[in-house]
Formats: sequence, structure tokens, C-alpha cells
Amino acid sequence: MNCMLLIYGDESGWNALPPDRIQAIMADYEAYAGTLVQAGVMRGGSELAPVHTATTVRRRDGRLDCTDGPFAETKEQLGGYFLIEVPTLDDAIAWAGKCPAVSHGFAVEIRPLMGAETHCDGEDARTAAA
Amino acid sequence: MLSRAFHELLRREGGRILAGLIRRFGDFGLAEDALQDACAKALETWPRDGMPANPAAWLTRVAQHRALDMLRRHSRQVPDGEALLATLADESAAPDAEREFLEDDRLRLIFTCCHPSLNGAAQAALALRTLCGLTTLEIARAFHEPEATVAQRIVRAKRKIADARIPYAVPGPDELPARLDIVLRVVYLLFNEGYAATTGTALLRIDLCAEAIRLARLVTQLLPEQEEAEGLLALLLLQHARSAARTDARGLPVTLDRQDRALWDRGMIAEGLAVLDAAIARRRPGPYQLQAAIAALHARAARAADTDWPQIAALYERLHALTPSPVVALNGAVALAMAGDVAEGLRRIAAIEAAGELARSHYLYAAKADLLRRAGQEDAALAAFDRAWLLAANDAERRFLARRRGESAQRQDGDA
Repeated sequence: MNCMLLIYGDESGWNALPPDRIQAIMADYEAYAGTLVQAGVMRGGSELAPVHTATTVRRRDGRLDCTDGPFAETKEQLGGYFLIEVPTLDDAIAWAGKCPAVSHGFAVEIRPLMGAETHCDGEDARTAAA
Repeated sequence: MLSRAFHELLRREGGRILAGLIRRFGDFGLAEDALQDACAKALETWPRDGMPANPAAWLTRVAQHRALDMLRRHSRQVPDGEALLATLADESAAPDAEREFLEDDRLRLIFTCCHPSLNGAAQAALALRTLCGLTTLEIARAFHEPEATVAQRIVRAKRKIADARIPYAVPGPDELPARLDIVLRVVYLLFNEGYAATTGTALLRIDLCAEAIRLARLVTQLLPEQEEAEGLLALLLLQHARSAARTDARGLPVTLDRQDRALWDRGMIAEGLAVLDAAIARRRPGPYQLQAAIAALHARAARAADTDWPQIAALYERLHALTPSPVVALNGAVALAMAGDVAEGLRRIAAIEAAGELARSHYLYAAKADLLRRAGQEDAALAAFDRAWLLAANDAERRFLARRRGESAQRQDGDA
């Protein structure tokens, strides 16, 4: 069976950590990923860009509607994911809008993966650590 | 003295310069920082060396060099930096063809600022900052918010643009209508924000209404033949033309029927009517055009008594069919009563009241009071005035309602 491990946590708490602590935790993640690879179970994974990059796409009154921020309602559950590579957010929104989930009344949250030039609140700390 | 002239220059040319920088370097934040540095350099050198012959071209050139420096410092790849600089130098001569290209830059910038994945407050702040050239402090004053809050909002919006890859592009034909709707909504909200804030220290406040008109005009220039954009510009002009007559010497609101029409800005009305005519000629009606058409009927009436209420009531019907809302229904009911059918107006107001959507709105009860008075039901009218008074949000509204109630009560005494 394939399965996804979803990581939840308080982003502001993470950003408040001192650089050496972040470095240590990142090393833990790398070691963990290495173990997954060695065990032959790794199928992919990435850190997501901070939540300020999130856009949520749904259908409202028959029209495609996108809003700033993550999908925040609690009665729905995460149901699946697609990983796509596109040049801009507009392309991502267009693909999200074509996803059957949206026409069936579900929402699709767009979250860019962490990139080399992504800003984060702990940015200065992280570049200092690098 | 220079700082004031400089401020004017930035208000006029800042958006254009910034838009060009963003196109060149593909980075919103970098473009802003570079322009800011260029401004600092101008304020340092111009008082000493005198203002250059073409200040905007000077600022553009210095900002472009600055942006390249910053890119190099972060050892980012600059594709062919020297060639880029050479084309930049050519461009400061800015022939007419180039001018058109620059206008495209501003159009792209409008759609970036009003991207649906930014929230409404961020859209408005970005538009004022980048397109209208307002400072963060001025935006904060306009929205009655702390400067730090607005600064933070703009920083976040710029980060989202960079990190979520919000494109710097005019949307394709499929997306254009929906995206233009958002742009128009941002402009309309800015105008309403300014329209509502009639009290307070007007001297220090940036006139958001004037800024909204500037933006609406820009949109109609950059995207011609968009009838709803023209409709919005017409609506704003026709409403803003009445601004001098909207409050009395004590700052109390003056209703349309009692305004001194000599105070209306005739030039602005003429422009609004002309823009609306052009929009209507495209024969694709929409909510902004309908609202502008209603405003136009008020503007065309020489006296309140000359108002074409049957036509206004019909326009509200069409508006309600396109964008149903209790406020539109209420205005439609009042128009119907003014057109002569007071009983039907009151019936509709009762239906809106029963639906409960405007239960907390003093407008509903003030309108009801007026109609009841017209119908000769003075006691019920006074009760509705009292209800409106209790729901009114601020002092000016309360004093205004108290005065109207007083007039109603006097009339009742006179009749007795």
C-alpha cells in the first residue's frame, strides 16, 4: 500500500526557534528521509512553503472562486493530492479549477513546495545558519 | 519645497516607473526597494545639482542600476546584465511606441495587485501604494489604521506575490471578465471607504474617492471598450460630483432631495454622463452601468421634484435581477413610492423587514418612516424614526434622524 504521512505543526513556533536548533531538526529530517530510502519505502516528499503562500480554490454559485489562505474549515478532511509543476500561481489555479474535486463541491488548497528563494519569517536566521 | 514637488512627481509617475521595473526584473519587492533607493538618492543630489531635465527617466535609470546591483550582491543570475543596461539606456529616451509598452506594464500591475489569492485589504493597500503612489503612512491615515499594520500587510502581500508566484501578467480572455470584476470591486470599495468617511480631520486625510476615480480612469484607459469599467468610472464621477452638497455646515448629512444642486460639480457630471453614454452604447448592461444610470437620472434633474422616479424604479428592478440584495430591494421600494405607488413601496419594505436581513439597519427604518409619513401614517412614522435612531451608528446620523423626526412631529402638531 502507498500512504502519505502528513506533517502538522505551529509555523510561528518553528520560525521562533534559534538557527542552530532549526539546523539540528533539519538534520533529523534528512536522517529520517535517508532511513526511508534505505528501507525502500520512500516514494517522495517535500517541505511545503510557509502558509502565507496558500490559496484555496472552490466553486461558489457555479463560479470558480479563489481566496487567500489555507483551507481552514474543520468538518472536511484531507482527501488526496496531486503534485504538479507549473510556472505561475495562475497556472496552478487553472489546474485546480479543472480538478473533479472542485466540481463536486470540495475545495483544493494550493501550497507551493519550499523553494530556494521562498521568504520565511525565520529567513534571516536560516540564511545565517547556511 | 522640493520634497513637495518630489511627492507630486512620485504620485504622477511612480506607478509607471515601478511597473516597468517589475517587468524588467520580475520581482515586486526588488523593484520597490530599488525605486526607494533611487528616490533617496534624488532627495540627496537634486537639491545640490538641480532637478534633471527628465526626472522620471532619471529615477528609472538610477533604480534600474540599483536593482542590478542588488541582484549581483545576492549573486543571483542576471542574464546578460550589460546588455540589459544598454537597452535600459536606450529606453530612457522613451519614444511613443515605448510609451504604449509602459502602459501595458501598469495594466499588468493592476492585475497583480488585485489578484484573487490576495485578501481584500491587501489588494486595496497594494493598489494605493503602487498604482497611486501613496506612502504607507497616507494609506494608514486613509483607513484609520496604525502605520505598522498597513506596512505589515504590504510586506506580507509582496511576499505572497513572490513566494506563491503570482504572475505579473494580464489574464487571458477566459479569465479576464472574472479578474476585471475583482479590480472593479477593489476600486469601488476604495471609493465607498472614502465616501463613508465624511467626518474627521478632512485636511490630513487622503481623499480615497479621488484616488478611486483615478484608478477607475486608469482602468478605462488601459482596457478600453470594457463597459462595466466605464460604468464604474461614470458611477464614481456622478456620485463624487455631489460631494460638496452632501453635508451641511455642521457636518450633518443632507439627503438628495434637499441638496443645493448649485453645489454639484457640473464638469464632473458632464464627464460622468459622457462616459456612461459610451458604456451603454456597447449594449452589454451590467450592475455598475445600471447604478450609474440611476445616478445619472438624479444628476439630470434640475430640481428634486423633476426626478424621473418611474425610470429609477425600473432600473432598480433590473439591478435587483442581476445582483439581488436587500439594499437594492430597499432602494427599489423607495423609488417605487417616490414614483407614486407608496402602498407598494411600504409592502415591499414590510417584506424586507420580515426577511430580517436588514433588521439592524437604520436605513431600513428611516426609509420606512419617510414612506409612512408620505402615506399619512404619522404615528407609525414616528415609531419607525425612533427605531432608526436607536440603530444609528454614529452621532451625525443620530442628530440627522432626530431633526427629521422633529419635522415629522411638528407637521403632526400643525395638522392637529
